[in-house]
Amino acid sequence: MMEHKLIAAGFGGQGVMLFGQMVAQAGMIEGKHVTWLPSYGPEMRGGTANCTVVVSDEPVASPVVDKPNEIAIFNIPSLLKFEPMLEENGILVLNTSMIDREPTRKDITIIRVPANEVADKLGTLKAQNMVMLGAYIEVAKTVSVESVFKALEAKMTGKKAQFLDVNKKAIEEGMKIARQQLG
Amino acid sequence: MGEKIMVKGTEAIGEAAIRAGCRVYFGYPITPQSELTEYMARRMPQVGGVFLQAESEVATVNMMYGASSVGARVMTSTSSPGFSLMQEGISYMACARLPGVFVDVVRGGPGLGDIQPSQGDYFQIVKGGGHGDYRLPVFSPSSLQEAVELTIHAFDVADKYRTPVVIFADGMMGQMMEPVEFPDPIDPSTLPSKDDWALTGAKGRKARYVTSFDIDPYKLEKMNLVLQETYKEIEKNEQKWEEFMTDDIEVLFVAHGTVGRIVKSAVKLARQKGIKAGLFRPISLYPFPYKRLSELAEKVDIVMTVEMSSGQMLEDVRLAVEGKAETPFYGRLAGVVPTPGEILEALMKELRR
Repeated sequence: MMEHKLIAAGFGGQGVMLFGQMVAQAGMIEGKHVTWLPSYGPEMRGGTANCTVVVSDEPVASPVVDKPNEIAIFNIPSLLKFEPMLEENGILVLNTSMIDREPTRKDITIIRVPANEVADKLGTLKAQNMVMLGAYIEVAKTVSVESVFKALEAKMTGKKAQFLDVNKKAIEEGMKIARQQLG
Repeated sequence: MGEKIMVKGTEAIGEAAIRAGCRVYFGYPITPQSELTEYMARRMPQVGGVFLQAESEVATVNMMYGASSVGARVMTSTSSPGFSLMQEGISYMACARLPGVFVDVVRGGPGLGDIQPSQGDYFQIVKGGGHGDYRLPVFSPSSLQEAVELTIHAFDVADKYRTPVVIFADGMMGQMMEPVEFPDPIDPSTLPSKDDWALTGAKGRKARYVTSFDIDPYKLEKMNLVLQETYKEIEKNEQKWEEFMTDDIEVLFVAHGTVGRIVKSAVKLARQKGIKAGLFRPISLYPFPYKRLSELAEKVDIVMTVEMSSGQMLEDVRLAVEGKAETPFYGRLAGVVPTPGEILEALMKELRR
């Protein structure tokens, strides 16, 4: 059985929730079972926003996860909180534009993504979450990029449709970075 | 059925109500269910329905009483302190035999509490927070698809037995997203007629009234006996539950709602350790499925209840188990959500005893 248990975490406003929603939506498009649970606990007061996404071949039992096997980390407080919780041999995708310290775990796969710089070069800093998303799907293989594009097209309609291309480009750049690091 | 779409729990319940033919919604905002009120504010005008934000929860429930007495499919949604304010009116509706669907998105309490998920309203919802001898059918969904199905079912049960019905949700269910498939909408004009009791205008027939009052105790007792007969029927016909991996159980968990699905993961973790655990998940909290739980209790030594409360459903579990097994409890309070790992640990502690 395939089951991805992902936590995406950062500051409010970094697009962490949308990151998670796109993974969940893409999973649904592929016919998988998915749940998306926003951070809705006392930890919100600490200043971090996070969401838990489960993508599975089987119906999802708990949308609450003790030990994620994948984490996408957008800021230092989230790294401190979630790195110790990561499952053995798990995957960590790190926004190095925001985080100037090294993870301490040695057993895990780490993808370092200068997401803000990459997004800035594309013309919009806001797309940094999509750079992270591209890197994440490349390393975790949770969903295909085609499904993520479809999810994005469903989400970005009306006035937001003009941002579709730059977001897709950001995802592709993120994938490239992960591919290079995976060798 | 349409295609699958990702929705929030609050939206799933709101849309399900509209597809069930509900065209009248009264509400008053309170976290964590304000998105449901907001959804109804947006959707009701689109389907030619009525959305009305009342001045308080007390007003809301009395508006429910009024709209229901003329035959409308009515709904409100609120969260714990708001539901407390509605209790007097709910008791009136129960006595007047008025259908209506209430959604309580339970949050941490007591008092003003907090805005995190909880199941601490079990006593209030299931045992009746209002006065007098009444019961309310209560359904506790554990996934958004089930929330859709139970919301529609709640309207049917409410109309069939002429009683208020409660959907027991919690803040987690309200905020999470999951794919759901909505059934095709019901045309409200095709719903079973309520002309035999509703106040539809007395032209051409004898006048009638809807009331929760009779000064003559013998007459009021008669009204009460009709209610009691109705509850007997409800207890006979409306029990719902799910059994998960219970074929070969050594240990049985009991949990409802979102905690029910979290416990499913704990069951799987326990089985990886070689402990034959299973889950009994009551879906109807009233009528509580005592008989089936009693049968399952005979197969095990431990029936462990898990709740986001201090052990309120636990009392019903013990009534069902009748001392046939140990009945330990694990609960988190005030809005803290238990994780599968914590639940497994609580079970291991019991097994080591």
